[in-house]
Amino acid sequence: MNEKVIRNQRKWQTIIFVALIFVLTYLSADITNFNIIHGIATLPDAVTWIFANLFVTQETLERLPKILEKLVETILMSIAATTTATVISFFLGLMGSKTTGTSSVLGAFARFVASVSRNIPVVAWALILLLSFGQNSVTGYLALFVGSVGFLTRAFIESIDEASHSAVEALKATGATYFQIIYKAVIPQCLPQMISWILFMIETNIRNATLVGILTGTGIGYTFDLYYKTLNYNAVALVTLSIVLSVIAIELISNHIRKVIL
Amino acid sequence: MPLLKVDKLGKSYNTETKVLKDVSFEVGSGEFVSVIGPSGAGKSTLLRCINRMVEIDEGNVIFDGQDVGSLNKKELRKMRTNIGMIFQHYNLVPRLSVIENVLHGRLGYKTTFQGVFGKFSEAEKEHAFFLLEKLGIAEHAYKRCDQLSGGQQQRVGIARSLIQEPKIVLCDEPIASLDPNASKVIMDYLKSITMELNITCIVNLHQVQVARDYSDRIIGLSKGSIVFDGPSYRLTTDSTDLIYGTTTTTVEKRQLVTV
Repeated sequence: MNEKVIRNQRKWQTIIFVALIFVLTYLSADITNFNIIHGIATLPDAVTWIFANLFVTQETLERLPKILEKLVETILMSIAATTTATVISFFLGLMGSKTTGTSSVLGAFARFVASVSRNIPVVAWALILLLSFGQNSVTGYLALFVGSVGFLTRAFIESIDEASHSAVEALKATGATYFQIIYKAVIPQCLPQMISWILFMIETNIRNATLVGILTGTGIGYTFDLYYKTLNYNAVALVTLSIVLSVIAIELISNHIRKVIL
Repeated sequence: MPLLKVDKLGKSYNTETKVLKDVSFEVGSGEFVSVIGPSGAGKSTLLRCINRMVEIDEGNVIFDGQDVGSLNKKELRKMRTNIGMIFQHYNLVPRLSVIENVLHGRLGYKTTFQGVFGKFSEAEKEHAFFLLEKLGIAEHAYKRCDQLSGGQQQRVGIARSLIQEPKIVLCDEPIASLDPNASKVIMDYLKSITMELNITCIVNLHQVQVARDYSDRIIGLSKGSIVFDGPSYRLTTDSTDLIYGTTTTTVEKRQLVTV
């Protein structure tokens, strides 16, 4: 009897849930004048256009050295933004963690910085910084830097709390000083996890750098934007292809590093 | 003068419940004392008040003539070098080697610089190997701690506390995560080494029988208060009932003690 009641309840919950999703989808499509059928119907046309225009030709290959130069620049900038953000995030992480935090004021400060820089999207940061720093690579670098600080601080806080709480307690009980505890317990225990997060951040930043570049007029994103606006779709295809290949390459490399260290 | 004097100790984590109420006892040099009581009785908190891993709210803890509650940061650190601590979950740094973990016990005697760069003297390293030898895990000295079994890891924990050359060792349920065999090994080592080096030992335990077998004296804690304090042989079934809040018939009582 009881089981039957529960089953009936479950069934109704499922029905209501599915109905709710349908209603929400219909309403949001209706309010925004978005026609799903129409969207799906234009899909073949879009695919045809992509295949008709986005292909690499012999003459665009001549532009390859220039594109690669920009690509390398972008990748290096992403790495620089990540590594400098790592240094800041490491200290913010120590401050914000419950295990290693020394005062609640500093902890709140660290979490506030992390939350502000993380919750404003990188694109918004790029546009905000564009106003104050103008169209140059510093703007792109800073946008990636700020976003990375937010994400890495959050990740480091979690890693520190998760991995080293018990060891920190033990070392505190032996009379070790704060920095001894950090160097002898926290860093050895959290380093692999942290490196893993840093690699993830580098991957994400390389992907974001393209978008930030379009907005701030730097790096590979600017090259993409330039060819796109001059209707040179073959070159656009080459740029896209090189971005995709480099992102895949970086991902494979960092996966390999992760496997070795973890 | 006793080595440790706990006087009217009180502790609460929030305003509603008091974890420890008016706890007073004295422990002399070289004593082996077990603290027994149900989960949540305040055993861990009591132990952590002694080396001030948690702050003391009421009363005093006098260790080696010093009032623990009134020490400043530097004095507290110095005092902690005299107090070894052993944990239920060993609390080692799993990614570091056994010998590195043992040497962590010396950090309290080092300046920050010496500690950070791992400047340990030959004498200290020899002492570490001597202890590992004594605990029968010298052949694992260069292995990472996470490759060791629970019993072996706890022995590393013991070595880490003994290398401090402490006057007292606090053990917070040292055998609660171990199987009966490993538990026996750990308790045997604890008993023999502390006796040999004349180190005072306070052990939190769940198992009444283990407490009876190993300790000279038992303190029974229930809901934050001491309900029994006396030599192990005087712990009767009535007092275990009082500690664990059980009311059992005579037949069951016997089983409780022989578990």
